[in-house]
Amino acid sequence: MTKQDCEHNNYQTKNNANTKTLRNWTTVWVITMAIAAFAPRFIWDFNTSLTIITLLINLAVGFRMLVANREYLRGLDEMQQKILFDAMAFTLGVGLVLGLSYELLEDIKLIGFEPEISHLIIVMCLTYLTAMIAGHRKYR
Amino acid sequence: MKNRLKVLRAERDWTQAQLAEALEVSRQTINAIEKGKFDPSLPLAFKAARLFNLTIEDIFHDEVETL
Repeated sequence: MTKQDCEHNNYQTKNNANTKTLRNWTTVWVITMAIAAFAPRFIWDFNTSLTIITLLINLAVGFRMLVANREYLRGLDEMQQKILFDAMAFTLGVGLVLGLSYELLEDIKLIGFEPEISHLIIVMCLTYLTAMIAGHRKYR
Repeated sequence: MKNRLKVLRAERDWTQAQLAEALEVSRQTINAIEKGKFDPSLPLAFKAARLFNLTIEDIFHDEVETL
């Protein structure tokens, strides 16, 4: 094997391509989500047809992003998959436990405001990030 | 699980990146296997054995002592 062979690493090339595809679909999904959230109010004054079309586009792009994510996961090697699956499982657990407790706080009048889904998503993102870093450190 | 991956790789003067390429995994995975931090699956162990033209037992050893 030569050093030049390494530059054409099949695994790395495939992984880079999958990462790029996932990044692109995620970017498009975020853009369509922003359009669906703000355009009805600021651009077309809650026109129902346009809003429904935007939502359908957002859902279609979201589905394509999920497919890209699946391809990305399948393209990873077994250790990378384990790190990712462990992080996802931990995030799901934290999301479920904290999400339900957070919802309960309002029901039992311990907080005076309505729990927001965005707060839960922030917690899940931070948990996932932390779990990924911990996973990579574990096998370093 | 202990293994001789690092020794076998060094004997052939391969880098971790080159071995990773041959086994179609990431360099980080090779590093973790060499350090004994990650145990490869059976298909990956067979792949390594084929690459080095050895048996799995020649490369990987169970750390539990047999009587």
